[in-house]
Amino acid sequence: MAMLNFERRYRVRGGTLVGGDLFDFWVGPFYVGFFGVTTFICTAVGVAMIVYGAAIGPTWNLWQINIAPPDLKYGLAFAPLKEGGLWQIITICAIGAFVSWALRQAEISRKLGMSYHVPIAFSFAVFAYIALVVIRPVLLGAWGYGFPYGIISHLDWVSNTGYQYLHFHYNPAHMIAVTFFFTNALALSMHGSLILSAANPPKGEPVRETEYEDSFFRDAIGYSIGTLGIHRLGMFLAVSAAFWSAVCIILSGPFWTHGWPEWWNWWLNMPIWR
Amino acid sequence: MSAFENFYTQVQVWPEKPEPGVAGDRVQREKGALFYYWAGVIGNAQIGPIYLGTLGILSLVFGFFAIEIIGLNMWASVNWSPIEFVRQLPWLALEPPKPECGLCIMPPLKEGGWWLMAGFFLTMSILLWWARMYRRARVLGLGTHTAWAFASAIFLYLSLGFIRPLLMGHWSEAVPFGIFPHLDWTAAFSIRYGNLFYNPFHMLSIAFLYGSAVLFAMHGATILAVGRYGGEREVEQMIDRGTAAERAALFWRWTMGFNATMESIHRWAWWFAVLVPFTGGIGILLTGTVVDNWYLWGVQHGIAPAYPHLWPPVIDPAASGAAQ
Repeated sequence: MAMLNFERRYRVRGGTLVGGDLFDFWVGPFYVGFFGVTTFICTAVGVAMIVYGAAIGPTWNLWQINIAPPDLKYGLAFAPLKEGGLWQIITICAIGAFVSWALRQAEISRKLGMSYHVPIAFSFAVFAYIALVVIRPVLLGAWGYGFPYGIISHLDWVSNTGYQYLHFHYNPAHMIAVTFFFTNALALSMHGSLILSAANPPKGEPVRETEYEDSFFRDAIGYSIGTLGIHRLGMFLAVSAAFWSAVCIILSGPFWTHGWPEWWNWWLNMPIWR
Repeated sequence: MSAFENFYTQVQVWPEKPEPGVAGDRVQREKGALFYYWAGVIGNAQIGPIYLGTLGILSLVFGFFAIEIIGLNMWASVNWSPIEFVRQLPWLALEPPKPECGLCIMPPLKEGGWWLMAGFFLTMSILLWWARMYRRARVLGLGTHTAWAFASAIFLYLSLGFIRPLLMGHWSEAVPFGIFPHLDWTAAFSIRYGNLFYNPFHMLSIAFLYGSAVLFAMHGATILAVGRYGGEREVEQMIDRGTAAERAALFWRWTMGFNATMESIHRWAWWFAVLVPFTGGIGILLTGTVVDNWYLWGVQHGIAPAYPHLWPPVIDPAASGAAQ
């Protein structure tokens, strides 16, 4: 049931971080484990709160459902349930679910004799989320600075927050983050293309091996980073994009309150130009 | 932990002579190739040999023309002061022709003529580079996936600088060359058309951009995590599945109930990355041509709520018939 033909011999006991053998089993294709249980509880409560928030809200339009953080007047205190308290519970549940998910990935890594690269990479995304809804609001002194949960409402939040600093593109950390995102997409397309082109040669030709991959990129741009290197580069680019995204929003407000174009005056005013 | 962690592994393969590359009878490569220690800390230590060829040299020459025109125009705009050129470089621009020019092809050089010329040379350079990528793959007997992925990026570039200006009837609609100026153009473009966040193709493009980061984090990390089983030899794992591919697949199956294969993960990668500029280009082509205000479009189609009017309405200067 729901098993790949080679799967049975990998489904062995052990490798758990918490709970010993208690939750060491699978449900269908899913591994459970202690952190599977906590992920499930956090997700169920969080989703229920989202549905409840939608039910007491004005619309069931999927684009427009919005669960807003508390008003700024509540500062860092708990707010009444219908005035942002739901947002606070959902945030707690989300962080609980994301952290549980990362720890579950760590348990699965141990089970399969793999290194911890995946949970480490995922933790950068969790950090970016926590930066938006915990670190920056705490630094600014109110949960109201978190972003609202809703498709259009979170876009409006991004837009409004960006224009509070006049022109967010001038935020140097935002520049770095965007550059990492674009470079990541470029590197991903080049890696995906190269592997597919080696595995899917013209009709009648044999599948090509690593020597051909290296030759292609050396011919084209003078350097082939190699099979191991491209995955290091890819993971680095992807986690850097998440990391600098977090930095660029933590800087905005707690550490810089003017328009971001103005930040660049230090460059124009350096004494070396005189 | 004493297990093998390829985090510490260096790829320092230094044979007596650099690898010359395959199919040497069909590829007249340049002679130079060398080993570089710091490259070997992360990836292959060997740099080169490169293949230049006619297409490559022509592409580089055209690209050099374009950069030269852009740089000299920027330098001229600060009265040829070398210090001010460096000081103001991020702010300097080579702007497209004025709106009065429409789609004219011979404006005065200082009023967009240089911009048209730089754009022409840059486009030639890019198209020649595309042909070069296609040829390099064919000569080595590889598929042409790289060239077609590159074509998607070229489509976005042409949409911004050529196709949409053609549809709008003005070169002035195109993006200026310059670091901060192209960011200013982007922000102004978004505001002019009612905030691009409400553009569904902009939404898709960003979803694929973030998705690409998620995919490369997942894929890169997975392959590194099965490095001790030789997982990075992906094409071999595809043909003759080893324990690396099995563990990598089971990791995601057990985590999220679904797994790609050693080949299909690269198809996911290819499509996510290719759809970033492709959906973005469609979003650009629709803006100003088909849709004039994405917020109002969103309200009309039930995507965005109609926000209350807090202030008396302001007449859009661009809509009042005055010169833009």
